[in-house]
Amino acid sequence: MANPSSIYDEMNSADGTVRSHYAGYKKWLAETPPERIAQKRAEADLVFHRVGITFAVYGEESGKERLIPFDIVPRIIPAQEWKQLAAGLRQRVKALNMFLNDVYHDQEIIKAGHVPAEQILSNSQYRPEMQGVDVPGGIYAHIAGVDVVRAGAGEFYVLEDNLRVPSGVSYMLEDRRMMMRLFPELFSRYRVAPVEHYPDMLLTNLRAVAPAGVIDPTVVVLTPGAYNSAYFEHAFLAQQMGVELVEGQDLFVRDEHLYMRTTQGPQRVDVIYRRIDDDFLDPLAFRPDSMLGVPGLLQVYRDGHVTLANAIGTGVADDKSIYPYVPDMIRFYLGEEPLLNNVPTFMCRKPDDLAYVLSHLGELVVKETHGAGGYGMLIGPRATKEEIERFRQLIIDTPDRYIAQPTLALSACPTFVDAGIAPRHIDLRPFVLSGKDINMVPGGLTRVALREGSLVVNSSQGGGTKDTWILEV
Amino acid sequence: MLSRTADHLYWMARYIERAENVARMLDVNYRMSMVPQADGGIDAGWGATLSITGLEDAFRAKHSAATMESVLEFMVFDGTNSSSIMSCLRMARENAHAVRGTITSEMWETTNDTWLKMRDYPRWKLAGSEIGEFFEWVKFRSHLSRGVTLGTMLRDEAFHFIRLGTFLERADATARFIDVKYHMLVDGAAPPDTAADYYQWSALLRSVSAFEVYRKVYRDMITPVKVAELLILNDQMPRSLRTSLDEVFENLSALSNYRSSETERRAGELHASLKFGRIEDVFTRGLHEYLTQFIVRVIDLGNRVSEDFLVPMSSN
Repeated sequence: MANPSSIYDEMNSADGTVRSHYAGYKKWLAETPPERIAQKRAEADLVFHRVGITFAVYGEESGKERLIPFDIVPRIIPAQEWKQLAAGLRQRVKALNMFLNDVYHDQEIIKAGHVPAEQILSNSQYRPEMQGVDVPGGIYAHIAGVDVVRAGAGEFYVLEDNLRVPSGVSYMLEDRRMMMRLFPELFSRYRVAPVEHYPDMLLTNLRAVAPAGVIDPTVVVLTPGAYNSAYFEHAFLAQQMGVELVEGQDLFVRDEHLYMRTTQGPQRVDVIYRRIDDDFLDPLAFRPDSMLGVPGLLQVYRDGHVTLANAIGTGVADDKSIYPYVPDMIRFYLGEEPLLNNVPTFMCRKPDDLAYVLSHLGELVVKETHGAGGYGMLIGPRATKEEIERFRQLIIDTPDRYIAQPTLALSACPTFVDAGIAPRHIDLRPFVLSGKDINMVPGGLTRVALREGSLVVNSSQGGGTKDTWILEV
Repeated sequence: MLSRTADHLYWMARYIERAENVARMLDVNYRMSMVPQADGGIDAGWGATLSITGLEDAFRAKHSAATMESVLEFMVFDGTNSSSIMSCLRMARENAHAVRGTITSEMWETTNDTWLKMRDYPRWKLAGSEIGEFFEWVKFRSHLSRGVTLGTMLRDEAFHFIRLGTFLERADATARFIDVKYHMLVDGAAPPDTAADYYQWSALLRSVSAFEVYRKVYRDMITPVKVAELLILNDQMPRSLRTSLDEVFENLSALSNYRSSETERRAGELHASLKFGRIEDVFTRGLHEYLTQFIVRVIDLGNRVSEDFLVPMSSN
């Protein structure tokens, strides 16, 4: 674990002075009576409850919904820093899409010897069904949620590239709406880049990848249903885009095309923004017990009669075992040096790395290659002896399933906690949209680990969120 | 619009309306129970509320006698009774939740808030004199929900399915109200021309918010035929069968699809019979027979709407 004094504080520099982009906020905070702040925080809770911005927590009492805690101290990023970050994100996502197109076609990157064939072809996330299938524009990851952390000034690391069904964008939008409602005066002091046009941008992006020849494409959002943890977001995005929110049971295949059941009879569907994992999309092709998908969908998709966003099989590019190769992908496909850092990663399947990992478990973060959501991971410096020994055995038994990384000194941002305001670790998930070109709204979702010292920001593990401000000047 | 979405909207509206009608029915009983009446009259009244809803068997399985306490427990809080106010408001909320992207945020917030308050409603408040306040609260939440619908919803398909659900439910409920109350009154626990009789009639009118309306329309003493005329045929009385069918027919016409012509024809036929009907003919035929027939036709319309537009009942 990094020495606390070496942790980068987003608001205050090491000598105790406030960073210039936070000066206005800090002054406002000092001038605002604590009672007003307390009252506004209570108001935020009330509104989030009434509006029902909740998520279901797996493993808790069934159907239980919880609020994701919202913190009123914004995460502020100066314009120049965002510019660098955005350029790095575009570069990365562009290369990842080229990688996906490559591994499902000519596999040049394997032939060139940059990534071992078995790492790709025997990865459970690789979908042989997609081999040779041409998708519109060669775009696979239409929506990417890239998790970025800061270790120091201008020093950003990508933790993971979420290319399957990344969520959280609704919280980004609701957090902004809430901040503007609670503290309108702050927005006259700061020129904060707007994010509210995200749904428009998403819709434009989805329409741009419709099957060839479709003039006025019908777009839908496919959800597993009201009991899914991210259902609020599915409904929110469908509503904001003005498209139908469908479940598998609303769709059917007829004459090689996809239709939805409407009150006026069957209607053709051209683009599906799907929020269901690959495995559940089509019971005829993948898990036969899936009640969430549409029988025959894969065939319609392979024939190019419907577009899925994201494409099937994107998991092979955001898998933690592929992650270490992303800088090479950028060099290989774009001929550029990566603008964003990768966290140095030990691959337990390599004997040298394995030996190092086993002798340094106490200082490393160990992650399951296919895990997500902060489940199944070991944070060495915070773990008990028993946990470390349990992981040691797991890694020895199945080294292929684990990678390890040094513990990063994630930056911290002042946050309201029971005892007042204290620094808590944060990350950032910008949402990168790929269609005709690559677009993103300035910023993303800032997640904050509310427990003191904790590095796990996932909402399922008690993380909260903050509004993210990209300054325009 | 997705058939499933339409189905949720329609049932959301029906459940809200149902909760209101259950509250109205319990409220009128509560009011009547304060009027002096023959021995056993009070409990008979609570028993009658169960027969309106067709829930006597389910009730008997849990409670030995129909008293105010047992009926209120069963019809207000019992989550296993699908017609209790608790269940109706929960189902309304669940249906709204499934289509929260289709309804306005105000509608969702209203429905969600109603459910949250109902879930946490202090039970002790129903034991004493504050029970009337509870019924008022349910009615006002329903008023609020209708107001939010009218005030915020685009007049599109979604709106028409909501209105269709509301008025099919109301037509059914008002018909049952008249039928049961009318027979209790005419077959009579209370002898005619007594104070009790007067209060019973006025309570029936109040249960559908029609007491002042009656005075305004007839400027006359309360008589059974005029009460029936007001609640069945009057085209200005918002809870009458006539007004309900005006709305059913109008919204159904707006929704018309490639296979709904027979449903529209049947709705039109029933609507016309109210529009051009005479109360004398209703009584000649027999009020009870008339209402029974009416309820059967409303149920038929509901089934046909499900078949033509929504998720057919058989697949639910």
